[in-house]
Amino acid sequence: MIARFLLQNMDRRAGIFLAILLALAVLVPAANLLLPASSPFHVPTSTLALWGKYLCYALLAVSLDLVWGYCGILSLGHGAFFALGGYAMGLYLMRQIGTRGVYGNPVLPDFMVFLNWQELPWYWWGFSSFPFAMLMVLLVPGLLAFVFGWFAFRSRVTGVYLSIITQALTYALLLAFFRNDMGFGGNNGLTDFKDILGFNVQAQATRAALFSMTCVMLAAGFLIARGIVVSKLGKVVIAVRDAESRTRFLGYRVDRFKLFVFTVSACMAGVAGALYVPQVGIINPSEFAPANSIETVIWVAVGGRGTLVGAALGAVVVNGAKTMFTSGFMAPYWLFALGGLFVVVTLFLPKGILGTAEALWRRRRKPETMPAAEPAPAE
Amino acid sequence: MNAPVPGALTSSLLYLDGVSVSFDGFKAIRGLSLTIEPDEMRAIIGPNGAGKTTMMDIITGKTKPDVGTVMFGGTVDLTKLDEAAIANLGIGRKFQKPTVFDSHTIEDNILLALKSKRTVGKTLFWKTEEPQQKRIDDILGIIRLADRRDRLAGSLSHGQKQWLEIGMLLAQDPKLLLVDEPAAGMTDGETAQTAVLLKEIARDHSVIVVEHDMGFIRELGVKVTVLHEGSVLAEGPLDHVSANERVVEVYLGR
Amino acid sequence: MSFLHRLKHALVILVALVAASVASIAQTTDEAFKRLAADSYSDTSRAIEMLVASAHPNAAQIVEALGDGRLLAGPSDVVVKTTAGGFVDARTGQALGAAPDGLKPVRLNNAVRRAVQAALGGLGLLNPDPAKRIAAAEAVFKSRDAGLLPVVEAAIGRETDPPALKALRQAQAAILIARPDAQPLDRLAAVEVLYERGDQDALATLRALPGDATPALREAQAKAIAAIEGRLRLWAIVQNLWYGLSLGSVLLLAAIGLAITFGVMGVINMAHGEMVMLGAYTTFVVQELIRANAPGLFDWSLAIALPAAFIVAGAVGIAIERGVIRFLYGRPLETLLATWGISLILQQAVRTAFGPTNREVGAPAFMSGAFELGGLAITYNRLWIIVFAALVFAALLAILKLTPMGLQMRAVTQNRRMASAMGIRTGRIDALTFGLGSGVAGLAGVALSQIDNVSPNLGQSYIIDSFMVVVFGGVGNLWGTLVGAMTLGVANKLLEPYAGAVLGKIALLVCIILFIQKRPRGLFALKGRAVEA
Repeated sequence: MIARFLLQNMDRRAGIFLAILLALAVLVPAANLLLPASSPFHVPTSTLALWGKYLCYALLAVSLDLVWGYCGILSLGHGAFFALGGYAMGLYLMRQIGTRGVYGNPVLPDFMVFLNWQELPWYWWGFSSFPFAMLMVLLVPGLLAFVFGWFAFRSRVTGVYLSIITQALTYALLLAFFRNDMGFGGNNGLTDFKDILGFNVQAQATRAALFSMTCVMLAAGFLIARGIVVSKLGKVVIAVRDAESRTRFLGYRVDRFKLFVFTVSACMAGVAGALYVPQVGIINPSEFAPANSIETVIWVAVGGRGTLVGAALGAVVVNGAKTMFTSGFMAPYWLFALGGLFVVVTLFLPKGILGTAEALWRRRRKPETMPAAEPAPAE
Repeated sequence: MNAPVPGALTSSLLYLDGVSVSFDGFKAIRGLSLTIEPDEMRAIIGPNGAGKTTMMDIITGKTKPDVGTVMFGGTVDLTKLDEAAIANLGIGRKFQKPTVFDSHTIEDNILLALKSKRTVGKTLFWKTEEPQQKRIDDILGIIRLADRRDRLAGSLSHGQKQWLEIGMLLAQDPKLLLVDEPAAGMTDGETAQTAVLLKEIARDHSVIVVEHDMGFIRELGVKVTVLHEGSVLAEGPLDHVSANERVVEVYLGR
Repeated sequence: MSFLHRLKHALVILVALVAASVASIAQTTDEAFKRLAADSYSDTSRAIEMLVASAHPNAAQIVEALGDGRLLAGPSDVVVKTTAGGFVDARTGQALGAAPDGLKPVRLNNAVRRAVQAALGGLGLLNPDPAKRIAAAEAVFKSRDAGLLPVVEAAIGRETDPPALKALRQAQAAILIARPDAQPLDRLAAVEVLYERGDQDALATLRALPGDATPALREAQAKAIAAIEGRLRLWAIVQNLWYGLSLGSVLLLAAIGLAITFGVMGVINMAHGEMVMLGAYTTFVVQELIRANAPGLFDWSLAIALPAAFIVAGAVGIAIERGVIRFLYGRPLETLLATWGISLILQQAVRTAFGPTNREVGAPAFMSGAFELGGLAITYNRLWIIVFAALVFAALLAILKLTPMGLQMRAVTQNRRMASAMGIRTGRIDALTFGLGSGVAGLAGVALSQIDNVSPNLGQSYIIDSFMVVVFGGVGNLWGTLVGAMTLGVANKLLEPYAGAVLGKIALLVCIILFIQKRPRGLFALKGRAVEA
C-alpha cells in the first residue's frame, strides 16, 4: 500500500527528478572518493559539502512548498522546525564527543562545564542513542507544529495573521535559544562535533555518506510530499487553499487537513535540519532568525510554488547564486540581489521558474487540460 | 404559522423557530420561523437585505444565531455544530456566487463532493472504486459536462459553474439542499433546464431555493415563503402570495 | 588613625566656630595668613582651622586652593592661583594682574591634606548657599563619618533653612544610629528620621546597625526597614509602570504607521521598520549638517529633523507603493514577500551609504538629564518621547476624523469598490495613505534615534513588535493600536523583574500567539459580513 501511495500517478517530471537525485547520491561521492584529484571528474570535498548543504535546503523548501504551495499556509517559521531538527541531531553529536571535549568531562558538554553545571538536564537524556535522537528529529518539530497548528487552525487564523504568528514563533524560539540557561549552548550553539555513529564527521568518507544520505532523504521527502498532493487528500488541501469555506461546506474538517499537512511538513523540515548539522558542523540560534525562514519562502517562490520539484530547484539555484555572490567582490551587493529577487519574483514571476516554464510548455500543446496545482491569486 | 405546531419537531426535516441575529446592532434576522418537510421543495423570495443569505448562513453553521431554535431531522440542534459537521449531517449548499474549485478539474470537483468519509486517513489513501466512478460519470451526464471532465473548473462559463455546483450538491447526496440563486446569469434555456433539474432532485430530497427570478419560481411551482426585514411576511402558493398586498408593497412600493 | 584624627580636627573646628562668635573675623584671618606664610606643616594645619573658624567669605576657596597646591603665601600677601591661571588676592577676593614677588606655594603633607579634607566638609556645612549645605550634609550622611558629628550638631544649631535642616538631621541620625555611646533615645529617634527619609541609602544605613543594639532598637529598626522596603517596592512598581508607558509609547510610534497601512489598505509592509530607520538616519544627516554649518541651531536639530524625516520616509513609501505594492493588491502574502525584499534593499543601501556601524545622534539640551518625582526617576528623553507619541497619535486621529483625506481613507477602508464608484480616486488615496504611514514611521525614527542605536538594523528590531501591537490591537482601529502598544509595553516591563528581559518577552510573544487564536482579528476588530469578504 505504501508503494502504491508513493508511486501513484508517477509522471515524467517526478521521474526525472528522482533519477537525478539517485544519480547524484551514487556518482558524486564516487567521484569524490574514487577519482584522483587530478581527474577532471573529481569532485572536491568542499564542493561535496556545499552541495550537501544545498540539498538540505532543498528538502526544507519541499517541506515549505507542501504547506504554502498546496495548502496556502505561508509559514514564516519553517526555519524553526529546521533548527529544532538540527538541535536534536546536535544533541546527539554533542553526546558522542565524550571525554574528547576541552574539559574532558565524560557526561557534560564543554559549555555546561564552563557554566558550572553539575549534571545533564533531563531534556538531554537519551540523546546518546542514535535511534532516540532520530525519533526526536521527527517528534520535536512535529509536536511543536501539531500543538501550534492545533490552536491556530482550529480558531481559523489564516492568511497574513498566520504568517505573522509563525514569525513570532520562530522569533520567540530565537530569543529562547540565545539564553545560556536553556542548556543548548546559548549564543555559540553546539559545535566541535567528533563522531556520528562512530565515524569521524570530518572524514571524507563520512561526508560522502552524509551527502548520499541527503540525496536519499530528499528523494524520500519528495515522494512523500508528492504522494500526499496527488492523493485525494491533496485535492482537498488544494481546495482548502483556493476556497476554504467552500471546502468546509462540503463537510471536510479543514483544520484537521491543515494540521496533518503542517505537521508532516514540520517533520520533513526537521529531517532537513538534522542532515544539515553534521555537514556544516555547527548549529546555533541564528538558524531561528525570522530572516532565514523568509529566505526559504523565496527559494520556493523562485522555483515555483505548488510544484515540489520547483521548490527544490529554487533552493539550489538561489543558494548557488548566494555562494557565487558572497565569495567574490560582489559580496556587498548580495542583499540587493536577494531583495530584488523578492520583488521581481512576486511581480513578474508569480509561478516561479518551473511554473512559468510549465505554463509556456502547456500553452504550446493543448490548452487547459492538466490538473495543475496553480497558485491561487490570493490566500 | 408563527406558533410551533406540536409534533412538528419530529416530523419536519428542518425546523427554525424564533431565530434572531444581529451584526453590530443591525438586526439581519428577527424572530424567523420556518419548517421544511421531508422531500419538500420550498422557494424563498424577498428583496435585498431581507435576510435570505443570512438564513442560509445560520442553517449551515456559518453564523450562530443570537437566540432561537434550529433543529434538523427533529433531533439535532444545528446551532451547536460547525459547518463541516452540518454538511456531514446531510445539508448541502450552493452559493449565490458559484464557488467551485477553479484549479481542479470538473471531475475532481465532483469527486471532492462525492459522499464518502471525510477523514484525513480515508482521503489520504483514497482509491476511487467502480460504483463511485459510475456515480461520478452519471452526475457528469446529468449536468452535461461529461465531455469536459478533464478541464479545469476555472475555465467554465458562469452558467456551467452553476451546473457544476448543482452537480456537486448531487454528489454530496444531502437530505436537504440549500440553493442560492441557481438561475443567476443563465440564459432562458439554461434556466428552464435548471428548473427541470431541481424538480428532478426534489423527488427524493428536500430543497430550499432562494431566487429573484419569478418566472423560474413559477416554473418550479412550489410553496413560496416571502422574507422581509428578517422575518416571514407571507407563505403559500406563488399566486396566493403575489396577491398579498403587503408583499406587493414591499416589492414595489414605498 | 583617622577616627581620632578627624575627631580632633572636628573638635578644633567646633571650638573655632564658637570662637568665631567672639573673635573678630579680621583678627583671626590675619593670624591665619601669617601662619600660612610660616612654611611649617603644623602652622598650616592650624591656619586651616582658623580660616574655618573665621567664617571668612573666601575661606572655602582658599582651603580648596591649598589642597590643590594653588595657594601662594609670602610675608605680606596670600594669593590664590585660580584654576584658569589667574591670581586672586585671598583676603579681598580681588583679581591681580600678576603674582607679587617673593611668594612661595604653601606645601602639603598628609596631615595638611587631612586637615583640608575635614575643613572642606565642615565648610560645606557652613556654606552660605543652602544647596551647598544640603549637598555637604548628604555627603556626611553617606560617609557616616562619626568624627563630623560635633560639626553637624553645631550646624544644626545654626541652621534656619528647613530643607537644609532636614538634611543635617538625617546626617546626624546616620551617625548617631551607629554610635554605641549615643543616648538610646537619640538612636531610636535616629531610626525614625531614617524611616522618614525612606530611600535605598536610608535602608543601607539602617541595615548597618551594629550588633550592640538593644532589643527595642532592633525592633524599631526591623519595623523601619520593612516599612521602607514596602514603600520602595511600591515605587519600583510605579517606576516599572513608567518604563512600561515609555516602552509603550515607543511601540506606539513604531506601530502606528503600520496600523494605517495595514488597517486601511490591508497591506503588510515588512519594510516598515526600514522607514523608521530612514527617519533615524535623516536625523543623523540633519545633525551633521547643523554641526557643520550652524552649530548654534543644534538644540533645534530634532525640530528640523521631524519634517525632513517625514518627507524622506513618506516619499520612499509613496515610491514603494507606486512602484511595487500597487501591482499586488489583493495578494497580501505576495505583498509581504515583496516588501521584505524592499526592506533588505533599503538596509543594504543605508549600510553602503553610512557604513554598517552605529551612528552617533546627539541629544539637544532639553532631551538630556533627569529629574526625580517622589521615588521616581524620570529622564527627559523618555518623557519627551511619551509626549511626542501622544501628539502624533492625536494628530493622526484628527487627520482621519476631521480632514477630507481622512474621510476618503476611511471610505476606502470600509468599501473600496463603493468608494471608487463615489468618485474617490482610490489609487491616489492608497499612495497618500501609504505615504502617511511611512512618514509617521519616519517621525518615529527621529524619536528612536534618541534612545536606540542608529544602525542599518534599527528597523528589524522593531518590526516584529510592531506587528504584534497591530495584530493584538486589531486592524483598522487606531485606538486598538494605542491600547495594544500600552498593554504590551506595560506588560513587558512588569514581567521583566520576575522573568528577566528575554523570558518576559518570550512569555509575551506566547501570550499574543495564544490571544490571536482566541480573537483572530484582535482586540478591537471590525465585525460583520464585510470583514470576511
